[in-house]
Amino acid sequence: MQDFVTQVRRDILRQVHQVNSGHPGGSLGCAEFFTVLYQEVMEYSTDFDMDGKNEDLFFLSNGHISPVFYSVLARSGFFPVEELSTFRKIDSRLQGHPTTHEGLPGIRIASGSLGQGMSVAIGAAHTKKMNKDSHLVYSLHGDGELQEGQNWEAILYAGSKGVDNLIATIDYNKKQIDGATDDVLPLGDLKKKFEAFDWKVLELKEGNDVEAIRKTLEEAKGLTGNNQPIVILMDTEMGNGVDFMMGTHAWHGKAPNDEQLETALAQNPETLGDY
Amino acid sequence: MKTYKNTGNIDTRSGFGAGLTELGQTNPNVVALCADLTGSLKMDEFKKNHPERFFQIGIAEANMIGIAAGMTIGGKIPFTGTFANFSTGRVYDQIRQSVAYSGKNVKICASHAGLTLGEDGATHQILEDIGMMKMLPGMTVINTCDYNQTKAATLAIAEHEGPVYLRFGRPKVANFTPEDQKFEIGKAVTLTEGNDVTIIATGHLVWEALEAAKELDEKGISAEVINIHTIKPLDETAILKSVRKTKCVVTAEEHNFLGGLGESVARTLALNHPAPQEFVATEDTFGESGEPLMLLDKYGLNAKAIAEKAEAVILRKE
Repeated sequence: MQDFVTQVRRDILRQVHQVNSGHPGGSLGCAEFFTVLYQEVMEYSTDFDMDGKNEDLFFLSNGHISPVFYSVLARSGFFPVEELSTFRKIDSRLQGHPTTHEGLPGIRIASGSLGQGMSVAIGAAHTKKMNKDSHLVYSLHGDGELQEGQNWEAILYAGSKGVDNLIATIDYNKKQIDGATDDVLPLGDLKKKFEAFDWKVLELKEGNDVEAIRKTLEEAKGLTGNNQPIVILMDTEMGNGVDFMMGTHAWHGKAPNDEQLETALAQNPETLGDY
Repeated sequence: MKTYKNTGNIDTRSGFGAGLTELGQTNPNVVALCADLTGSLKMDEFKKNHPERFFQIGIAEANMIGIAAGMTIGGKIPFTGTFANFSTGRVYDQIRQSVAYSGKNVKICASHAGLTLGEDGATHQILEDIGMMKMLPGMTVINTCDYNQTKAATLAIAEHEGPVYLRFGRPKVANFTPEDQKFEIGKAVTLTEGNDVTIIATGHLVWEALEAAKELDEKGISAEVINIHTIKPLDETAILKSVRKTKCVVTAEEHNFLGGLGESVARTLALNHPAPQEFVATEDTFGESGEPLMLLDKYGLNAKAIAEKAEAVILRKE
């Protein structure tokens, strides 16, 4: 599992480096989460079908962390790992932000313009119920993204209507492009806020630890079906796994140069084989 | 000149409601979402008949569009219902990213479009929605003219795979198209044949165009009236065939001239067969409170205005 995570980190760094653009910070911080979700928790078929009947679904709302999503999808078998080399280049299925438009297997909604993913996840969860499909819907959202008002429409709706086949996770790294969320627009007590909207809140303090993530996701699964949506407040570290990218918001949307890449890769030695 | 009988004034939104009710019985994948305007959108019957397929979202249109997009994943065909303003301008980015760019099979059904919403005034009278929706790649844009056509269009869009914007309205207007019509998306309907001028109308102004054609006929001017219910994709073949014959055109719509049907027609003509054109449309303005018919008169969107522009455009022919 840790080898998988390390290789994902290499993929993230190499993707953004080769086009000198993209968002490594949040991607690195969510490497463990994506790995556990796709390698252990979700039931799905890599023979991709948009409708996703009788499988678990995942929606990425904060689409800018596409490098981690692409790496994990490729290494989980949705498309060839070599295709990661086309990230953000012309004629690629790996757009800067994920999209269904180019037909990349594993992607079910375009995201990038923030705040829309929770509504989409709720809709998919409703359809699962109508189809009498007991599989679950997972979603991931940035913490800064919660500043978008549409989230609160969706949070009110899901709580009030008891959408209980949805597990939303917040990447709670407390940073956004302009700095600390507490400096840009403080989010306040997120636990209390979600609880006030009738959500079941799980706090995951070690969001960069595969064991802790596994345990919390399993706990969340066990809490579904109780007329209440579930949110995991997942504390992560932006830039995790690369010492000079941690503890700062500077690498939210900046790619490393050649020298920085070399240093970063040295901290994450090749495991499953580079693309 | 062929004439049409008004079988009784009725609102186009009721045609939508009747179509949705029928779809409830015939298509188990159709689901309906509403943002606190169930009565205004005439969705009550569907709600009563299929509570498990009706979703009251509350006053949260952005969330409604996103939920609709998500519902398509697994094979549902969501019909969202609210006023045209809240169906488009308020949620443009949600439609753009989660529906159009994502290629989702969502039917955005919009009532109370245009000036004829009346007394509520400009905050609710959107005159820019056709433009916003037609600019989105992959979006089909339909503006129906009467009750029967709105019902037929509602049935037809459920069979069409892809996002659709269906625009209709609040006032009771003439109902004159056949009750049993088959609605063909993207196919213009030629209502009268004529040689002197082509009148291309959409929505509530189609009946006004027929009234204008009668006035013109009395003056010895023969007008060909075309009902363009689908603004995108536009039936360019029908438009060009008519204008090649009449050599001039008036377009008529309850919408700003910027971004409307008229501009789409002008592009078609510019590329294929340049011809004089006059626009019956609002002139880059907001609306205001008032009775619908008085508003249409004040803003020049009625039979009288169409007939005047027809005579003017005929004089511009070479």
